[in-house]
Amino acid sequence: MTTTPRPDTNQNLKTFEKRVWLAVILIIGIVLMTRFFTVKEMGRYYAVDTGSGLEAATAVDKEAGVAFVDVDRSIGIWISALMTIGIFSFLYKDNPYYKVCEALFIGISAAYWMVLSFWTTIIPNLFGKLFPTWTQSWAIPGLPTAHEHDWWLYFVPLILGIMLLMRLFPKYGWMARWPLAFIIGTTAGLRLIGFLEADFWGQIINTINSFPSYASMIEAVNEGNYSELFKLSNAIIVVVSILACLVYFFFSIEHKGAVAKVARLGIFVLMVTFGAGFGFTVMGRIALLAIRLEFLIYDWLALDIVGG
Amino acid sequence: MIDFLDKLDRRWIFLAMGLSVLIPILMKLQFPETATAQSQAVFEEIEKLKEGDPVLMAWDWDPASAGELEPMAKSFVLHCASKKLKMYFLAIYPLGNQMADNDIADVIKVDFPDLKYGEDYVNLGYKPGYEGVIKVIVNNLRELYPTDSRGTNLDQIPMCRNVNSVQDMKLIINVSSGYPGIKEWVQYASTPYKHKFKLVGGCTGVQASLMYPYIPQQLAGQLGAIKGAAEYESLVTEKYDPDSKREIYKEGRRRMGPQLIAHMLMIGLIILGNIVYFAQRSRGAA
Repeated sequence: MTTTPRPDTNQNLKTFEKRVWLAVILIIGIVLMTRFFTVKEMGRYYAVDTGSGLEAATAVDKEAGVAFVDVDRSIGIWISALMTIGIFSFLYKDNPYYKVCEALFIGISAAYWMVLSFWTTIIPNLFGKLFPTWTQSWAIPGLPTAHEHDWWLYFVPLILGIMLLMRLFPKYGWMARWPLAFIIGTTAGLRLIGFLEADFWGQIINTINSFPSYASMIEAVNEGNYSELFKLSNAIIVVVSILACLVYFFFSIEHKGAVAKVARLGIFVLMVTFGAGFGFTVMGRIALLAIRLEFLIYDWLALDIVGG
Repeated sequence: MIDFLDKLDRRWIFLAMGLSVLIPILMKLQFPETATAQSQAVFEEIEKLKEGDPVLMAWDWDPASAGELEPMAKSFVLHCASKKLKMYFLAIYPLGNQMADNDIADVIKVDFPDLKYGEDYVNLGYKPGYEGVIKVIVNNLRELYPTDSRGTNLDQIPMCRNVNSVQDMKLIINVSSGYPGIKEWVQYASTPYKHKFKLVGGCTGVQASLMYPYIPQQLAGQLGAIKGAAEYESLVTEKYDPDSKREIYKEGRRRMGPQLIAHMLMIGLIILGNIVYFAQRSRGAA
């Protein structure tokens, strides 16, 4: 039998939790401040002036006294560390600190993407083709000033681009459908060709080519080399696995008797594939966690326990 | 005990996972790496090239994947610079341009100061357009890249004068963190032009298992996540930088220490989870 806690008990627990967190944050704050004033490397980025710009200082530079604290980058380290902790705080539970970090990340990414696309595509690849001399004069000094052959064709993407922006005006929103249809059509066509060539046709060829020739097998076995037999067994496993998976996804025949057994083998193959994918994903995620912790420990806290 | 484990707050598991990564980092745990066939294949493809051969370095990754991809990216640059290959960096991933600049600053400018920008390496920068960019530049590089990332006309850059398209490259090296990335380079570059050049690459763990069907015909070799990076890093440093004290050439191997401990914890948790599941099920049946 379970008992539901009374509302005032829940309230007390929440207050207690808040106090505990406040205490933890205060302790961490005091430790950080103490460390900041006692360890001269903590949260500071040391640089050297090479004449052509600033570079990260080495231990030798620091010993020689030519290294100095780069304030801009040091502030960057602190912002980065506080944002990392903010994102990690979600692991405990959703909170306003996490929300701020998330919103900042999304906002900055969107703005960065927009500015980057403007300067890497609209300016050199649209204005640069339509009005090369004008674009070269104020934006990109290295841009060719002569018009390309059939340069006027670039008016088509310019007009389509303007039509796409009409989505911002409800009255003329319908105009955006044409460029959207163009984008969807060209993307679908482009991707269809890519998948047909590389994933459909290419994979059939790869599967057939994975079988060693009869002559090479006989020759290798006669020489006491069994690698060709190993290759053959691999190729057979690949073909059987592909066929079993295809049978599993073939629903026009009821999965009964022999078909059901082959389909079951297909599930087994799929499970092995998902397992391999999961293993790789775990490895990737651990590596991502590792680099953030390395940043917090070495770049921010300057904590080196074992040295070297 | 079973009930306790069944009701265990998941935050304890997060804490255990955090500690399993944190402690090896603090202790600087590191294990020797033996190269597997895939890493060896990538290494051999670059080894086959001769001094001065043009190589396209497609840097399609950003800081979010640096944990997995940065070590292999630096090793690729170290390998190509040691062999004195002509490196053409470009990106179809928004921050790839900055990643290329970082690797140039960390590896080429520090360890290969004799190599000159525009003669030995060039950064063509980023272009949006996903696979559309690949589709265009395999036939006409100048159509989308009239200048490099600094705004210099390609005709004024000595190493770009005779390069008209990606087909002029001997090899494409791609570091990929997602879409667009290594799959798109396979689909729109190495498959239709497989007799012109080869493609090798490294990618995140999420992508790695999806790329195996393309090996070796469409993708000559791949480095799968941090494990592949660590193996390749050991191959490159063993041959070209055996006495290096620079930490950036040890990052891949250093990051494998936390991997081992965290994976052991993960396997233990999977076994424990299954025991709890079957114990609860048998209790329910009884």
